[in-house]
Amino acid sequence: MDKNLYSFILKYSLRQQVIITVLSLISFVPYYYYLSMPKTIVNQGIEGKNISYPVDVMGLGLLRLDNTDYLLLLCVGFLALVLVQQGFKYAINYFQGVAGERMLRRLRYELYGRILRFPLPTFRRTSQGEIIPMVIAEVEPIGGFIGESFALPIFQGGMLLVIFTFLVIQNPLMALAAVALYPIQFYFVPRMQAKVRALGRERIKNQRRLSDRIGETISGVPELHTHDASNPMLAEFSRRLSISYWIRVEIFQRKFMIKFLNNFIQQLGPFFFYAIGGYLAIRGHMDVGTVVAAVNAHKEMGAPWKELLNHYQTREDVKQKYEQVVSQFEPEGMRPAEDQTAEPSEPVSLCGPIAVSGVVLNDDQDQPILENLSLTLPWPARVAVVGDHGRDEMLQLLGRMIVPARGKILANEHNLADLPETVTGRRLAYVGASSYIFNTTLGNNLFLGLRHRPMQPRTREGAEQSRFERELGEALASGNSPHDPDADWTDYAAAGARGPEDITAAAIVALQTAAFDEDVYQIGMRGTLDPEQKPEIAERVLAARLAFREKLSNGALADLVENWDPARYNSNATVAENLMFGTARNGIYQEDNLARDPHILSVLDAVGLRQRFLEIGYEVAGTMVELFADLPPEHEFFQQFSFISSDDLPDYKDLLLRTKPDALDQLPESDRIRLMSLPFKLVLARHRLGHFNESERDAILRGRKIFAETLPSERRDAIAFFDPDHFTISSSIVDNILFGRVAYGQAQAQEKIGRVMADVVEQMRLREPIIEVGLQFEVGIAGARLTAAQRQKLAVARALVKRPDWLLLSEATATLDPRSHAQVVKAVIEARKDAGLIWSLQRATDCELFDMVVVMEHGRVAQFGPYAELCEKHGRFKQMLAPA
Amino acid sequence: MSLNEEVELLRRIPLFAKIEASKLKLLAFTSQRLTYKPGDVLFHQGDPGDAAFVIIGGEADVMVDAPGGQLKVAHLKQNDFVGEIAILCDVPRTATVIAATEVTTLRIEKDLFFRLIADFPQIAIEIMRVLAQRLERTTTDLRTLSAKLKS
Repeated sequence: MDKNLYSFILKYSLRQQVIITVLSLISFVPYYYYLSMPKTIVNQGIEGKNISYPVDVMGLGLLRLDNTDYLLLLCVGFLALVLVQQGFKYAINYFQGVAGERMLRRLRYELYGRILRFPLPTFRRTSQGEIIPMVIAEVEPIGGFIGESFALPIFQGGMLLVIFTFLVIQNPLMALAAVALYPIQFYFVPRMQAKVRALGRERIKNQRRLSDRIGETISGVPELHTHDASNPMLAEFSRRLSISYWIRVEIFQRKFMIKFLNNFIQQLGPFFFYAIGGYLAIRGHMDVGTVVAAVNAHKEMGAPWKELLNHYQTREDVKQKYEQVVSQFEPEGMRPAEDQTAEPSEPVSLCGPIAVSGVVLNDDQDQPILENLSLTLPWPARVAVVGDHGRDEMLQLLGRMIVPARGKILANEHNLADLPETVTGRRLAYVGASSYIFNTTLGNNLFLGLRHRPMQPRTREGAEQSRFERELGEALASGNSPHDPDADWTDYAAAGARGPEDITAAAIVALQTAAFDEDVYQIGMRGTLDPEQKPEIAERVLAARLAFREKLSNGALADLVENWDPARYNSNATVAENLMFGTARNGIYQEDNLARDPHILSVLDAVGLRQRFLEIGYEVAGTMVELFADLPPEHEFFQQFSFISSDDLPDYKDLLLRTKPDALDQLPESDRIRLMSLPFKLVLARHRLGHFNESERDAILRGRKIFAETLPSERRDAIAFFDPDHFTISSSIVDNILFGRVAYGQAQAQEKIGRVMADVVEQMRLREPIIEVGLQFEVGIAGARLTAAQRQKLAVARALVKRPDWLLLSEATATLDPRSHAQVVKAVIEARKDAGLIWSLQRATDCELFDMVVVMEHGRVAQFGPYAELCEKHGRFKQMLAPA
Repeated sequence: MSLNEEVELLRRIPLFAKIEASKLKLLAFTSQRLTYKPGDVLFHQGDPGDAAFVIIGGEADVMVDAPGGQLKVAHLKQNDFVGEIAILCDVPRTATVIAATEVTTLRIEKDLFFRLIADFPQIAIEIMRVLAQRLERTTTDLRTLSAKLKS
């Protein structure tokens, strides 16, 4: 990356700079005429000086105009010049903006690309809070500057020169006097400005620390809560703000002092003109006109001169900023860009023995972590690494995550340090104890290791394609990535699959090995699918629904589920569900909105239940107040059982006190809505409050029909109806198979249903499609919607699915419970039978199934050999095996 | 069965006889009424205890794991309560309870159970009485067994 801003500008935007400069210079011509036109209009057009009418315009005798027509022509000419002049201005501004934005884009892309190539230890010293503002905010002014970096000084300088020349022609002495003070300004102001800029840099540094602090606060917020540590944080933050404040105060003092001096010097000009010129005029050495002309010219020169000074100052500022940012983005040991972009000319296989010789690795304080480590691992081999520190670093070295200070690591006779990431990132896989999960779907996380370059271009048509081509052209013009992020990037062959059709099968194998398949299956069961996109799967879900009902209909399981039956009231579902016979797909038919919804109210009117809902609402509110009034507001029963939150309970209490049951009609609208919203939430079998007798339930069934018939057409997407013959859109798969509600009061209903459900899913071969649905699950920021154990299992599965030559696991399953841990160890060892596996483990007892065991002690290999052999020998390993 | 009927039913159980109606209503509303088929297990020995049960209808057997298989140690019928030891002493379930006929129970969550004891001394006394009876019976059994062993 260019260290100097100007060489960066010239290297990547020379053409644009030339265009902009040339445009600026050409624009002088219309500008000159634009300036002189008013004089011509006044002198010739209006006053008729130095001209005789009719005027022969072109000098050919073709167009002869009298006074008024000529005036009109001159005015039109003036308008045309304004247009041309503004047109140039528009073009120049536009090109400047585009050139600047392209360069800014290039710069940001380059910086981001460098972050991707930073050596890992850099991130221990540099925090997110420092890097992010550099890439986003701090380079912003550079873009604005680049557009005008050449054009502005040339244009304004030219302007200055023109005016100066004009002055010299008028009166050389006065011209010299007008600029006499410029050298002083040019000398002093930037020097004073330098201190302000230094303060500005200080402020930026402080702001980086501020944003770093905020980032840290967000990451560590649970710790701050549990230790009541917000006050020291606030105090610390306050101090940082104070630093910023005082820097700003000093900046203000200096900046406005500069302004003061600047203006003062600027006004010294007229002072001299009036004093000296006036004196000379009185003495008769000079005429008054010249003095006035000099004052005016000096005023004229003020604007471009100010622009030039400003530009000069911004330039210094931006140059420094650029150099500062660039130097931050050149850490030692960064690999070249080709390391990640260049495809290897021929495939490199690392399926072979690993030879580590004389490897030395030091930490930040130059204390040795690994000392002269030498180790040879055969191929294929499944190796356990136990012992004290240095294990994780050794695995990171083997995964080429870091490079050793000294020594060499060969894998299948290739020196790891020489291999590009396009090889090591595909043939090796390292999983640490806290692997990062990205905020996207489970599947995208799982297939991360299969996506290195676009494999299958995405076909676009018509406008979409031309738009894409335009975007691509622009990306190339800014030196950005030429790849299409929407292409299919998945390298199916790397996972052992033929294509999109059997990648899930390959994924399932990896998921099973990592003991993660059941989790994904359960997640998938709670997910949904679009029956229009996957009609065949939806069909199978419907078949499963039938099979499930069949299995439940016999004997002991019969009472577990109450099915959705269009002709019957489901007493295990809410009144709202019974009335609408469907689930809300957006806010319109959400339970809380029903009592004020005109459509719902019209349905209630049609079946004569509106008044009854109000009465039941009154009774339910009474019961709730009676039951829950004595409980403390934070009691969990409110959440579990009450229809009324603890916050609202006092309001309802008031409402009941000022209401008589026979005067419910007279309640204000808002109170009626409050009461009427309660009955919709009743589940008759569960709440058993004795409301809704048989005839009222029949009325609801009638209302169900009317609701569907009168559903406004624009609300068709607001609800998904329960239909025995169709997949219920936006309901989960498990609800679609269940197609009903679990009956209240049946012991162990969930477990029994779960077993039958698993049978049916197996029978209908639905497990794979359901896992596919599970892979669509959005995992949240850093995988927050998964448990810690699930995140680890996902990370292991992600490494397994790309089938690396050597799989390196560094306590990658540490948060799993002992049983799952043992299960994953066993499965992974089995899966890596003819391949390479190196697993750093905490407990020596976990090593039994491995081919080889490496015992580390003080950064060296203390013991190496098969498990059984090490168990016999006296040494570190035997000590580790012994119970404490 | 409506909530009010259930309150009437609870009132007939000696344990709850002296509790005011509104509290019984809360108890009925917040406790799950569960139906078990014959052979269903209310809970297993060794499980963590999170609730106590009152038998509203039906009968159940209390079994403990013994070296030679399961051993029946008690029989539960209507109005008995079970499962209180695990939540009182915070220990795993000390026995397995299996439904002998179709059994209906009221499942009282740990939290609610402690609230009831705290709010109603008569419940605490009733529970103490039952526990004491059980202890007395166990002691008698122990005495008989020791005598047998000695002879």
